[in-house]
Amino acid sequence: MSTTQAKPTETLNIVIVGHVDHGKSTLLGRLYADTGSLQDGKLEKVQAICRQQGKEFEYAFLFDAFLEEQEQGITIDTARTFFKWNQRQYIIIDAPGHKEFLKNMVSGAARAEAALLLIDALEGVKEQSKKHGYLLSLLGVKQVAVIVNKMDLVGYRQDVFEAIEKEYREFLTQLKVTPERVIPVSAKLGDNIAGPSGMMPWYHGPTVLDQLELFRKETARSEQPLRFPVQDVYKFDARRILAGRITAGRLRVGDRLIFSPSNKAANIKSIEAFNVEPSPTEAVAGQSIGVTLDEQIFVERGEIASRQESLPLVSTAFRVNLFWLGRRPLEQDRKYVLRLATHEVDCQVAIVHRIVDATDLAQQGGGSVVGRNQVAELTIRTKSPIAFDPSSAFEATGRFVIVDDYDIAGGGIITELVHDEQEFLRDEARRRDFAWVKGEVGAEARAQYYGHRAAVVLFTGAPHTGKSFLARKLEALLVAEGRHTYLLEGENLRRGLDADLAASERAATTEMVRRYGEVARLLIDTGLIVVTTTKTFANAYRVAAQAIRTLVHPAPVIAVHMSKVNEEPPPDTDLQLVGAQDFDEAARRIIEELKKKGVLAQAIGAKPTFQYSI
Amino acid sequence: MNHLRQLEDQSVYIFREAYKNFDNLAMLWSMGKDSTVLLWLARKAFFGHVPFPLLHVDTSYKIPAMIEYRDRLAREWRLNLVIGQNKQALAEGMNSSLGRVTCCTALKTNALKMLVEEKGYTGIILGVRADEEGTRAKERYFSPRDKNNEWDFREQPPELWDQFKTTFPAGTHIRIHPLLDWTEINIWEYIRQENIPFMDLYLDRGDGTRYRSLGCAPCTFPIKSTAKSVDDIIEELRHTTVAERAGRAQDEGRGMELLRKDGYM
Repeated sequence: MSTTQAKPTETLNIVIVGHVDHGKSTLLGRLYADTGSLQDGKLEKVQAICRQQGKEFEYAFLFDAFLEEQEQGITIDTARTFFKWNQRQYIIIDAPGHKEFLKNMVSGAARAEAALLLIDALEGVKEQSKKHGYLLSLLGVKQVAVIVNKMDLVGYRQDVFEAIEKEYREFLTQLKVTPERVIPVSAKLGDNIAGPSGMMPWYHGPTVLDQLELFRKETARSEQPLRFPVQDVYKFDARRILAGRITAGRLRVGDRLIFSPSNKAANIKSIEAFNVEPSPTEAVAGQSIGVTLDEQIFVERGEIASRQESLPLVSTAFRVNLFWLGRRPLEQDRKYVLRLATHEVDCQVAIVHRIVDATDLAQQGGGSVVGRNQVAELTIRTKSPIAFDPSSAFEATGRFVIVDDYDIAGGGIITELVHDEQEFLRDEARRRDFAWVKGEVGAEARAQYYGHRAAVVLFTGAPHTGKSFLARKLEALLVAEGRHTYLLEGENLRRGLDADLAASERAATTEMVRRYGEVARLLIDTGLIVVTTTKTFANAYRVAAQAIRTLVHPAPVIAVHMSKVNEEPPPDTDLQLVGAQDFDEAARRIIEELKKKGVLAQAIGAKPTFQYSI
Repeated sequence: MNHLRQLEDQSVYIFREAYKNFDNLAMLWSMGKDSTVLLWLARKAFFGHVPFPLLHVDTSYKIPAMIEYRDRLAREWRLNLVIGQNKQALAEGMNSSLGRVTCCTALKTNALKMLVEEKGYTGIILGVRADEEGTRAKERYFSPRDKNNEWDFREQPPELWDQFKTTFPAGTHIRIHPLLDWTEINIWEYIRQENIPFMDLYLDRGDGTRYRSLGCAPCTFPIKSTAKSVDDIIEELRHTTVAERAGRAQDEGRGMELLRKDGYM
């Protein structure tokens, strides 16, 4: 077999968008036909089908593959077509223009590096021309050329063209989008598609084909600071490999990585690759890679690796621009799943700031519902902290999708971090973890030795609901089973560690819970199962529980809420105990929960269900 | 970064998403050039391992050399091979003379359907490429199939920024297409770059013909070609305007749209 290398070519993804019937599929068909890029017999096959159905042949039929598309003369779904010209391979995505198929248009445009936006010269700027322009800017497509089509129907008049150009440029300016060019064409007759038009001597710019060559390939991402979202952790053989795709920057063997939001750190020992000799020592943005680390820390899917000097943001709240495609509207009180890079987390809409009509960018009032195909500015709150970037700084870690039920129902970009009440403690935990001095024995070794992982069992609830009683019972039961467990009693801190505090501070929660959480964090590092209650904090248990979680993060927390009558438990409660209890039975249920979360059973394997590190 | 590396990175990402999100995952392997590249990409994604079974839907009409090649690689690469066959249809004498679409439906679509039902697979990885034919150009990387195995192309899920449809109601499954962005020429360039073993049926072995696409013996025809090496094939493809699947009988008329709507690959 020969070993000659493939010619160095590149692939560029282009999307064609615009209002329905403005001629997107026709433009595509014409481009292929005029450059001799169609397969033998394709034109004839489609022409024959047209004759059979007694209708006039249209270039659009070449790519509208479904019978229904040809019968209705519209594109229903995006088609990927392949086009090679001058050593560059293009994947051209023909996106549907019909309002009903906006989600298909978005799917097509989301993977594009450049866009051709079509406007019908006869009809002028229409609703979808604007909506598509707006969505392109939200989707992050920065290179846009506007194509004014059907110039033959307006007698190739320069004034018609210029009026459309002016109107549309003004619209795009509001979105901070500057089109690379505005090109007058007739796709049907081939004017300015692959060759210049004799009908428009007043136009001296490039043809559509020229414009494709003028689009640039984005390469700057590898010069940004590192972002490496962890996609999965593999242990198929002796190697423990962190797999993922670098979304920005580059990494090298020996680099120190910080994982957010867990704040774990380790150095890259090797970059693993199959059938690559010698092994790579460096990897850059865009590459799907695998690395091993010099230390057995446990990080899980969703964390973002970066360097310490340029960390991503971490919060449970951020402000976003979102477009909604779901069949059901986006509602403020419903729970959704948010996915950002590889992180998946429950979320809710905290505030609807405004809903924007994409066609005229007019603001509509607040309200709490975002309907299908609407665009909105929102504040989103996630159930647990998540690492991210503002989309203006990093594309891939600055955008997200929202899943409703089984479907991706919306997408958006993050505009800014919103400060949450845990920010202060989170920063403390972050600084403390980066500087944490480790002994020779790691968390993994301790877990092996003890036969379980470190964890926090956190009892919440109002006073006199049985928290302390059950906590004692659980501690005794676990120790009897041979588990290394310790009941952290707040009263014991109050008179010792907290003795230096003023009475007013001891009566408030802030500093008391900070100290309590830091002690729990230390005990976690010893490999213990720490049994805690919010007893010391009385009715401020919700605030206290949240603070303890932030400080012991990312150790697993098994939260048990106890109450006399049914009530809303704090977020992330695993077990809710209402009314009189059989405490033996309750303790057993908590032990089951510990097993379910992989604390008591060894959870290392090909597909660990639960991973954490200290 | 060259374009093959870009394609590889995207395919590997898709493989890893599939493996992470589907508990009962399997991959179709027809031993053709595409699904063998697919298999190679799985080994890339999982560092030499293939952590799910490979399904071969055996119509019994495959070219014998393909079966030998299958068994050899399965041994050498330690693959978990699962073979599915519509034995009942074969016992009743199903063959292509009863109609090509009928035969494909019985021996491929239905055989696959039976296998998926029996094993309860929720994710199936396939090597279809967008440039093969029109309906495949409209596929998603993660494409749902309903309880009857059918493809509702009118209501395809949105796919944004490498976020795919990985959740689905019980009883349905997802088809996963890591090769969607690859062209025929990319496949051969990659086979050359990685030195992937392939069947010599794709080469001219002296009679001035070769297979460009492999399927069942009765419905697959060789093309005129003097390509005797991968280099020759790539050179030939750079200049041809003949459709890749011109030698595949089921593509005539609306065959593929009908077949694929019902769950064909």
